[in-house]
Amino acid sequence: MAPLQQSNQPWVEKYRPKQVKDVAHQDEVVRVLSNTLETSSCPHMLFYGPPGTGKTTTALAIAHQLFGPDLYKARVLELNASDDRGINVVRTKIKDFASIAVATAVRQGAYPCPPFKIIILDEADSMTEDAQNALRRTMETYSKVTRFFFICNYISRIIEPLASRCAKFRFKPLPEDIMSTRISHICNEEGLNLDDEALSTLSSISQGDLRRAITYLQGAARLFGSSISAKNLISVSGVIPQDVVQGLLAACKSGDFELANREVNNAMAEGYPASQMLSQLFDIIVQADDISDEQKARICSKLGESDKRLIDGADEYLQLIDVSSNTMRALCNMPQEFSY
Amino acid sequence: MLWVDKYRPKTLDKMMVHEDIALNLKKLVTEQDCPHLLFYGPTGSGKKTLIMAVLRQMFGASAEKVKVENKVWKVNAGSRTIDLELTTLSSNNHVEINPSDAGFQDRYVVQEIIKEMAKNRPVDARGKKGYKVLVLNEVDKLSREAQHSLRRTMEKYSASCRLILCCNSSSKVTEAVRSRCLNIRINSPTEEQIVRVLEFIGKKEGLQLPPGFATRIAVQSNRSLRRAILSFETCQVQQYPFTSNQAIPPMDWEQYITEIASDIMQEQSAKRLFLVRGKFYELLINCIPPVIILKRLLSELLKKLDAELKHEVCHWAAYYEHRMCLGQKAIFHIEAFVAKFMSIYKAFLIATFG
Repeated sequence: MAPLQQSNQPWVEKYRPKQVKDVAHQDEVVRVLSNTLETSSCPHMLFYGPPGTGKTTTALAIAHQLFGPDLYKARVLELNASDDRGINVVRTKIKDFASIAVATAVRQGAYPCPPFKIIILDEADSMTEDAQNALRRTMETYSKVTRFFFICNYISRIIEPLASRCAKFRFKPLPEDIMSTRISHICNEEGLNLDDEALSTLSSISQGDLRRAITYLQGAARLFGSSISAKNLISVSGVIPQDVVQGLLAACKSGDFELANREVNNAMAEGYPASQMLSQLFDIIVQADDISDEQKARICSKLGESDKRLIDGADEYLQLIDVSSNTMRALCNMPQEFSY
Repeated sequence: MLWVDKYRPKTLDKMMVHEDIALNLKKLVTEQDCPHLLFYGPTGSGKKTLIMAVLRQMFGASAEKVKVENKVWKVNAGSRTIDLELTTLSSNNHVEINPSDAGFQDRYVVQEIIKEMAKNRPVDARGKKGYKVLVLNEVDKLSREAQHSLRRTMEKYSASCRLILCCNSSSKVTEAVRSRCLNIRINSPTEEQIVRVLEFIGKKEGLQLPPGFATRIAVQSNRSLRRAILSFETCQVQQYPFTSNQAIPPMDWEQYITEIASDIMQEQSAKRLFLVRGKFYELLINCIPPVIILKRLLSELLKKLDAELKHEVCHWAAYYEHRMCLGQKAIFHIEAFVAKFMSIYKAFLIATFG
């Protein structure tokens, strides 16, 4: 039997900022919340923005800083999408928790302990509309003793009545320099060796998502040991090497169907996921200078269609060959429609 | 025993392809706590072999003593109980299942098994609690709900249970699950690697290989090692000693599809469509997956077409395959593709030759 070693915590958890002021790059939110800590008054909040920008971290940090470890259990309810969150839960669990009265503010040491409870609803955009509607009244009725923190990626999926009851904060994707400082900090702590190329690769493949960057870093560290190259990071992340994508594009430009077919077959045999191929192809095409707007439009409309089909479970090879044949027709100015 | 099984490498050291991955996996398993793993790659690339070898590395030879069980679970789903029956392969330390066999109730199966594993954890000589490994095949066929419920379970029971996931395409596994695993891409072996494996087997079996023979098998195998070894064995059964120009028999279903393709090219009429339909039914009855039929048919047709037509035919193949996976009955869509092809081809012929 395998010996069980001390399970090492994911680095994402290990290096999660414990205090609001440590959250990187979200200045307005940090300013408002620091204010909250001093005055201990707080509106309902809605955090939205792309994944890995610090929304959950901020919410947890403020809750911890407000109540401290002793009161945290009693004052904070945390629900995320993996918990059951249908309309029944809203009617029972959330309502019960919200309606509990709380003692008046008694400052305990460093913690202000304001006289309200916090309910954190993580991934709120995956709640059904009915469940969200059921929350409306609850929010108002118990607003004296309860504050809600909604966290979501897409603000458009939160119904208007809820959004209008909250102070909204947008979390921005992290720029490369801030990402790099964080990553090098972690590397120092963990004793990892990362050269400049690897560092910039990591920042670019994670696209402003710090959590993803850290996860890749840990994966690579586990698999390849303490010195990590850009190539190792790419192999862990599942990103397709640029020359493979460029190869396919070049084959499309050449106008030779057999060549494109070979490239597609190769990509499939190498095990590259088609959806990733589509998104990388999309990035290159949108940024290319030598492709006219009309050509771009033709290519992108097909990319969109194929992406949807892949989600429906269509075969990867067929979709990719369809995309390449369409791209080829667009780039070589062949007629889109069949002429016979 | 078939050669495919006989010469399957049992340990990570004996791998003949993917040596670098094997080396890294060995380090990972021996040195430290193993994270959840996700293997993805095309068929016949060696995912399963690697997984078995990793299990052996973790648990020693006991991982190979597997028994097949047909278990029935009683699952409490809200107001009613569901009986679920599923075949599992298990040893003392690991359980292997194919959750997609349970259809839309796969969610319950996955959770039930993981909970059960968490309850009876193995204890080692020093009284420490170990972990079990759950191998899930075909995770890309797992329903969305099951994948969503996996992500919480993966974190909650991570002390008692490690997951090894295995799938063909990682694009059908949700981002949430992927980001919790160490992703390992297994590419198909190159033709040179296949040749090396074939020559190794030839040597072990004491066979004389004429020069170029192994290469020809490798080229025909479409970079699938399993297929290469199978057709190598078929050749040996058919005719030994090998001659250098010995024909390598293609799979019979592939030959059949080649026939269908030439039928379609010869004549485009309703009568011919009717004839072809019978042949498609024949293939479907023999459990050839409809997607494979369509893909093979496309590649056969592409061989015989002008460049201009290729684009159009590809487009429609992708279109009908998508509809096929949304729809219920595959034969409709395959036949629709053939009818569409006939109409395109006929129009092309009339326009060119009048």
